[in-house]
Amino acid sequence: MIKDITIGQYFPGKSAVHRLDPRMKLLLTVLYIVMLFIAKGFLGLAVGIIYMLAAFLMSGIPIRMMLKSVKPILPIIVFTGFLNLFFITTGDPLVEWHFIKITTGGLKTMVFMASRIILLIFGTSLLTYTTSPITLTDAIERVMSPLKVIKFPAHEIAMMMTIALRFIPTLIEETDKIMSAQKARGADMESGNVIKRAKALIPILIPLFVSAFRRAEELALAMECRCYHGGEGRTRLKQLKTAPRDYVALAVTVLFIVAVILLNRFLPI
Amino acid sequence: MGIIRTEDLTYVYGEGTPFRKTAVDGVNLDIEAGEIVGIIGHTGSGKSTLIQHFNGLLKPTSGKVFIDGEELFADKSRLKEIRFKVGLVFQYPEYQLFEETVYKDIAFGPKNMGLTDGEADKRIKETARLVGLKPELLDKSPFELSGGQKRRVAIAGVMAMEPKVLILDEPTAGLDPRGRDRILGLIKEYHAEKGTTVLLVSHSMEDVAKTVSKILVMNDAKVFMYSDRSSVFAKADELTAMGLTVPQVTRVFDRLRAMGIEFDDEVFSIDYAKDLVLRLLAEKRR
Ligand SMILES: Nc1ncnc2c1ncn2[C@@H]1O[C@H](COP(=O)(O)OP(=O)(O)OP(=O)(O)O)[C@@H](O)[C@H]1O
Ligand SMILES: [Mg+2]
Repeated sequence: MIKDITIGQYFPGKSAVHRLDPRMKLLLTVLYIVMLFIAKGFLGLAVGIIYMLAAFLMSGIPIRMMLKSVKPILPIIVFTGFLNLFFITTGDPLVEWHFIKITTGGLKTMVFMASRIILLIFGTSLLTYTTSPITLTDAIERVMSPLKVIKFPAHEIAMMMTIALRFIPTLIEETDKIMSAQKARGADMESGNVIKRAKALIPILIPLFVSAFRRAEELALAMECRCYHGGEGRTRLKQLKTAPRDYVALAVTVLFIVAVILLNRFLPI
Repeated sequence: MGIIRTEDLTYVYGEGTPFRKTAVDGVNLDIEAGEIVGIIGHTGSGKSTLIQHFNGLLKPTSGKVFIDGEELFADKSRLKEIRFKVGLVFQYPEYQLFEETVYKDIAFGPKNMGLTDGEADKRIKETARLVGLKPELLDKSPFELSGGQKRRVAIAGVMAMEPKVLILDEPTAGLDPRGRDRILGLIKEYHAEKGTTVLLVSHSMEDVAKTVSKILVMNDAKVFMYSDRSSVFAKADELTAMGLTVPQVTRVFDRLRAMGIEFDDEVFSIDYAKDLVLRLLAEKRR
């Protein structure tokens, strides 16, 4: 059903991870990705796993949600896994049968790459699970704001993202409602060939567009009525403040990166 | 057995998420054919959720729904048939109009039923008359009409399917008093003419009181009571506690009775009240 789509997928909570400054969380996520990509061996990756595990346990997000986040990427993981397995021919041969040749090198790369992708997804999912979309765009605006000197429209982009995010659930709900209403009038969207199905979308798309335009107009009007005039000189209701815990988190993350660098240097397995 | 029956009907939104919400909880109902029923309850009490089960738009989380003796979801291929039997007009139905002309929009349902052009044409003209749309409006674009006219087009679109059961979710929401009376009047007229079972969801006790014969009161996802008007309004205190009110005229006449004026009538509408007052005065004079 359409209502099961989750976007932004924020999972409310009060854990330490939730309470971190969103700008810091963005930075930490970038650092975490760097950590994963500079790791040369399994030991380095293990450091990433420990980091991830610690953050995950602190966040109180159910394991089910984390696993769900990997599901859409699974085909890609499997596909690249097969490529690595069959086309990398370094190391000792394990299986040789006709043209198929599997080597330890291939196997290692497969496991390494798959783990890295999964860790990557876990990390970014944890960010979106623990940060509400609105806070996140707020943080993005702040992070991008130095670019304003080169006329980069940081505020406008953030405002557009905020509005889009705000209206996604509304539009989903609206689609759901219109679909139900047309179904109640006997609209059939599940059977027939492609052309018939495309035609069946008309009774849904037209009312949806009409209402989206109506909403856009109403919102624009409402914003103007409240004297919105772009980002210049605008103050905010919710000031982002960094707390000591943000710096502690940063320090710990830097320590982990140093650990990965040291492992790369002295124990690259 | 009635035309609509439910057994322990329960529906939960967002099962397995932190936003889990039981919107309908263990509802047992039996609604007789030909009845005109008002469904009332405070905001979020589960009215809209409940009625969407009656034509299979929502699948019960647990429990069963029977329409005309047939269990819903027992055979999925029958759902479409059942949707023609139970017509549902949603809250703010004017936002589902999409065709180029009013005529074509009303025709959408009948066409989906596979009626011939002739039969569909007959029904469209008849329902348009019934809901009070002038013939010249039929060739206009539905987007050019006023809000109240749009609402009537949307209602006609469902009525033209001639369902055995007609369900309307707050058909008077957002209309002025005159518009409300017109919509309620046309629903009553349709009921009288076709003998259809009608379910009318509403926030307004006044609307419900002057239109329906029986009332279903929903409270916090449960059915508080399902009975005729006077037994429902007899529980004025409990209704007030759940944020509902008894119609003002009914309250006034309850007080008059408490003050010792004698009459047996149950008063639900201003018109009836007027007649009653005149009659009582005439009796007194004699
Ligand atoms: N699509 C949905 N997803 C999640 N929860 C929902 C959804 N629709 C309704 N609910 C919740 O279910 C409960 C019952 O909603 P419902 O729409 O049935 O109430 P209602 O009695 O029709 O209210 P109203 O008088 O305001 O129309 C509400 O608490 C609502 O928040
Ligand atoms: Mg409702």
